[in-house]
Amino acid sequence: MSDASEITLSVENLKTYFFLKEGVAKAIDDVSFQIAKGEILGIVGESGSGKSVTGFSIMGLVDAPGRVVGGQIRFRGVDMAGQSTEQLRKLRGDRIAIIFQDANVALNPVLRIDTQMIETVLAHRKVPREKAREIAIEGLRMVGIPAPETRINSYPHEFSGGMRQRLSIAIALLNEPDLIIADEPTTALDVTVQAQILYETQKLCRERGTSLIWVTHDLTVVAGLVDHVCVMYAGKIVESGPVNDVLDNPRHPYTIGLIGSIPTANTRKRKLYQIPGMAPQLLALDNGCAFRTRCEFATKACEAPPPEVALGRRRSVLCFHPQGQDANGAAGRAEE
Amino acid sequence: MSQEGEPLLRVRGLSKRFAHEPDIVAKIFQRLGGTVKTEAVQAVDCVDLDVHKGEVLGLVGESGCGKSTLGRMLAGFLAPTEGTIEFDGKDVAKLNRRDAKAIALRIQMIFQDPHASLNPRKRIRSIIGEAPRLHGLTEKATFEEFLDNLMLKCGLDPAFKDRFPHQFSGGQRQRIAIARVLAVNSDFIVCDEVVSALDVSIQAQILNLFLDLKSEFGLTTVFISHDLGVVEHLSDRVAIMYLGRVVEQAETTELFNTPLHPYTQGLLAEIPSLDKRGVEFAAIKGEIPSPLNPPPGCQFNPRCPFATEICRQKVPTPRELRPGHRVSCHHAEA
Repeated sequence: MSDASEITLSVENLKTYFFLKEGVAKAIDDVSFQIAKGEILGIVGESGSGKSVTGFSIMGLVDAPGRVVGGQIRFRGVDMAGQSTEQLRKLRGDRIAIIFQDANVALNPVLRIDTQMIETVLAHRKVPREKAREIAIEGLRMVGIPAPETRINSYPHEFSGGMRQRLSIAIALLNEPDLIIADEPTTALDVTVQAQILYETQKLCRERGTSLIWVTHDLTVVAGLVDHVCVMYAGKIVESGPVNDVLDNPRHPYTIGLIGSIPTANTRKRKLYQIPGMAPQLLALDNGCAFRTRCEFATKACEAPPPEVALGRRRSVLCFHPQGQDANGAAGRAEE
Repeated sequence: MSQEGEPLLRVRGLSKRFAHEPDIVAKIFQRLGGTVKTEAVQAVDCVDLDVHKGEVLGLVGESGCGKSTLGRMLAGFLAPTEGTIEFDGKDVAKLNRRDAKAIALRIQMIFQDPHASLNPRKRIRSIIGEAPRLHGLTEKATFEEFLDNLMLKCGLDPAFKDRFPHQFSGGQRQRIAIARVLAVNSDFIVCDEVVSALDVSIQAQILNLFLDLKSEFGLTTVFISHDLGVVEHLSDRVAIMYLGRVVEQAETTELFNTPLHPYTQGLLAEIPSLDKRGVEFAAIKGEIPSPLNPPPGCQFNPRCPFATEICRQKVPTPRELRPGHRVSCHHAEA
């Protein structure tokens, strides 16, 4: 993985700001991460943490009043900022694909599935229409849609919610991209349907060596799926590392709180650990640690920008007071 | 049932059908002697439930399984097509007006979306306080004190009582909805996905609030959720629904440790959890069939790995296979 040629995407010091009437909201403020070929990266955060905007920034989909104001996004070694609109369009939908949370928005309701899928193939490849149709049918089969030869002639509304999400995944995969950005693709779905989608995605990543960025608020899904995880809070990555390290030995107070607040069999009838207060307003942030108002370990020092503490290879935490070593730190933290 | 005494709420053979009203063309056609096929959805099908005093009953199922419809019937928002609901030993359909009003106050519901359930043009003061004033549960002289107390108990700053709902975050709005329910001395609450729209850290705050209030006010709760982790955390007993029927119910630890219905087993195997790392995901095959056209016999049979001929023909009746553990399956064994 240290081999530079195997890095699919590297994001360095990315900054995406939204210029509003009330001031500047730093939705992403100095975010860096890498993703290797075939790797699954989880980006975890609560509403307003900037996790979705990260995906949009990579795709170049940030609209006014938002703007990427700094940093570098390198896709297979090539700086995305230096690309023309035409070149970017060739990359998007072909080499990089995105899956949105709401498949209803991603699919055009007045076009049949075959039209939408064949269009996607033909936009990026010089193949006859018949061949494109075959590719599309194969794509549908891959995501587990029964009788794809006939179902491809249906409209999006003729599918159930889970099926529609599979359609948008099938479309994202049509041109065998090197990188998929999945923005909360299973949040609106039921547990059994979520398991089916996770199963298909995992299989595809393994078979094709596709890199995947899984953006979610759900740490439990992350635990089962990803290799590497970044925890975001108020526009910054506060902790990152291999998934087992981060979940078993969380070092940032926010990660600890987040893990402790998940209800499980062990927390039955006991109070959950609760992070006091609520997520900060992005407009009101200063240079200090954004979490300090909710953090029990905060001191005077936290009013300065927190340092990034390296804890090992691809393992770091953004905090003045990284917490304990013990593996059960979070589990034993239920109140009282 | 493992618990002693009469249940606070007893539901027997409760069903709800939603049918299309025939349109004018169909009506004329019928007049002329034609037969019109009416489509009907059996949203809830012959459900038996007991809820004991002070208990939290978790009602779990996937979208479209009828859990919200069942919840609305329990809360009195929907009239059942068939079956009876007995509250405190009395059939709620056969009450006189005064008793009906008293019970309507005692049974309250909290909804998933606190943006939609609070009137945006009313101040918190009247959202929480109007009902108890109207029903004479508080005097004008002590009203402010009453309101402050209630807000404090639900973790709200009484200084905000003249604000509007949009000035609060999602978690705070859910607290307002809880305070509104407690204001009328309700002791039976139907919670429909109350924490689903909240972030994890806010969800933890609301769940903790529930635990506090439950013991303080002696609340009996039906907690509807699709999130098995939350249900396992909070509930005393759990009922699993599939396509309008309760397929399995048992005490929480019993159900999570020894699920007997194949659907429950599949469902539990698929809950993601912090301890499940590097999972090889596998899935229950297929999808929930359309409730317009449910399969005959056991409704789970097209997806069930153990289905045999009898499952395709006969609807399984609930059997108590272990103490307090009822399963609707032809093949389940204790």
